[in-house]
Amino acid sequence: MGMLSERLKSLASNNKKALVAYIVAGDPEPGVTVPLMHRLVESGVDVIELGVPFSDPEAEGPVIQLAHERALAHNVSLGNCLEMAAEFRQSDKLTPIVLMGYLNPVETMGYENFAAKASRAGVNGTIIVNLPPEEAVDMSAILEANDIEPVYLLAPTTTDERARMICQVSKGFVYYVSLKGTTGAGNLDIDDVSEKMDRFKKLSQLPIMVGFGVKDGPGARAVAQVADGAVVGSAIVKLMAEHKGDLKKLNDEVGQFVSELRAAID
Amino acid sequence: MSNVDGHNESLFAYPDEWGHFGRFGGKFVSETLMAALQNLESEYYRLRKDTTFQEELERDLSEYVGRASPLYFAQRLTTQAGGAKIYLKREDLNHTGAHKINNCIGQALLAKYMGKPRIIAETGAGQHGVASATVAARFGLECQVYMGSEDIKRQSLNVYRMKLLGAEVVPVNSGSKTLKDALNEAMRDWVTNVDNTHYIIGTVAGPHPYPMLVRNFQAVIGEETKRQFAEQHGGLPNAIVACVGGGSNAMGIFYPFLEDREVRLVGVEAAGYGLASGKHAAPLNEGVVGVLHGNRTYLMGDANGQIIETHSVSAGLDYPGVGPEHAFLKDIKRAEYVAIDDEEALDAFRALNKLEGILPALESSHAVAYGLKLASKMSPDESIVINLSGRGDKDIPTVAKLDGISID
Repeated sequence: MGMLSERLKSLASNNKKALVAYIVAGDPEPGVTVPLMHRLVESGVDVIELGVPFSDPEAEGPVIQLAHERALAHNVSLGNCLEMAAEFRQSDKLTPIVLMGYLNPVETMGYENFAAKASRAGVNGTIIVNLPPEEAVDMSAILEANDIEPVYLLAPTTTDERARMICQVSKGFVYYVSLKGTTGAGNLDIDDVSEKMDRFKKLSQLPIMVGFGVKDGPGARAVAQVADGAVVGSAIVKLMAEHKGDLKKLNDEVGQFVSELRAAID
Repeated sequence: MSNVDGHNESLFAYPDEWGHFGRFGGKFVSETLMAALQNLESEYYRLRKDTTFQEELERDLSEYVGRASPLYFAQRLTTQAGGAKIYLKREDLNHTGAHKINNCIGQALLAKYMGKPRIIAETGAGQHGVASATVAARFGLECQVYMGSEDIKRQSLNVYRMKLLGAEVVPVNSGSKTLKDALNEAMRDWVTNVDNTHYIIGTVAGPHPYPMLVRNFQAVIGEETKRQFAEQHGGLPNAIVACVGGGSNAMGIFYPFLEDREVRLVGVEAAGYGLASGKHAAPLNEGVVGVLHGNRTYLMGDANGQIIETHSVSAGLDYPGVGPEHAFLKDIKRAEYVAIDDEEALDAFRALNKLEGILPALESSHAVAYGLKLASKMSPDESIVINLSGRGDKDIPTVAKLDGISID
């Protein structure tokens, strides 16, 4: 069992819900990322999703697109993301890191090469947004051989048949994309999420995290009541964009916001 | 029986059920789109066998688009080249002035039969946007066209034309603000509005089933060419030449000839300022294998896997990827892919005007330029067909500007 699975299992056995935070590596500049990752943990985050910048982030809404662009302005590559993960891992041996991104940078690095490097850097899981399980048979095997857990997505439009398959191949957790749309879009329809959770929980042995549309404490709280945890991305990234000119304030504001999310969930 | 390429299957057997052409193609999209793609695929297979749908499609292609488009023997162009006989497949004479309408008519009908009242499209130069807006008007569908804000500045005529047709042109300000970003934005719209919206992708790229579906709607070009050539000349042409951006006009004219192995199939990419300059749009010549816009193909990427910006004088070829079936045909050597730079394309643009009284699109001018070169090396008893995929009215401001004349 990987570190991601273990961490989520220990949370569940303590009756705690998971708080997952997403930031884009290198946004707004490369030096921000590692200290901010530590700050996220201090403020109550259980799992860090580290976004890998890509030129064509087709599933992202405008807030996260701009974060990708800010990081790419500093030429932040997948290799740099792994360096950041490794630096974080030197002093934090417990918090799982899940890389979230698109297939092309991984494919360019090569699956074997990527998996070996990511494993050495202390990465525990991956979410490759545009890689559905059917196309990922080789990738999943290589990742798992390197102690990295590939996480797959469920959507509101996913049929029961597919959901069953996805819950079987996903490791660590299953990520439920709570709305039809891009990251940060729309408003959370908690009744709908609740209904979908009833359906998917019957098909999954794994914890289910809910993301896309979780923007604040009340949203995170509502989600945590029906799922195993909440993923917050755009709301954090938006806050970072607002304070990109003042890095101390950026850290403080994000820390404060995440503490509020933690309090709301617990 | 294994053929010369070591492929056991007929080339008509591709793609497989997951949309693969050998190692290319596929369905690389986020989970939210999976159901929509599956639905589109099953509806398409159903309607392909539906005689009402097919009759309506054929009637529209004939009475609205104006098909069949002529196959024209270009006497003076042939004399100029001094070699093989040159025929032009006149897709420029279709309604709206390019081959794009073949696919749009087909997909708009799909939308209608699927009960989707809204269509969206991406566009670079505006040709696919105009064709989509046109069919939306024809079928009474709501239409939004995503277009990079850089392209909007360069193509004001087509932007206005789309508005006249009742479509809304949505500027895209992300990334490089060009065609690839418009495609990303259209995908984002589709993810959000998948219940009432059909996304008309304009080329043989995107996730399965699009490369197959667009190819099949465009294959009418090759089917007509085959029949017309047999009637006018007899037999099969020795070579077929077509420009390749995403590759829909090329795939359309190549497809019915795939198993006629004696026919050379030549795709012409945009070499922009020259392949050596790095400023071009020729992924089949100089690109790497990667994943973009839902499929695995050759693309223009850097050492870190980021997609890089392309250049061509012709906006319709200015795309960093290419349809996965072309990538496959290159790998198995069934088709060959060459490149023509901006200067050569502009020379061919002028030559066709003066020699044949035909104003070609800059995209198609790339095919004409290579066709002239190829024909000159062949013998007078041989023949080639060049796919004249579109007309060049839209390009007059660009070319005039290069001549130092402003006619905006």
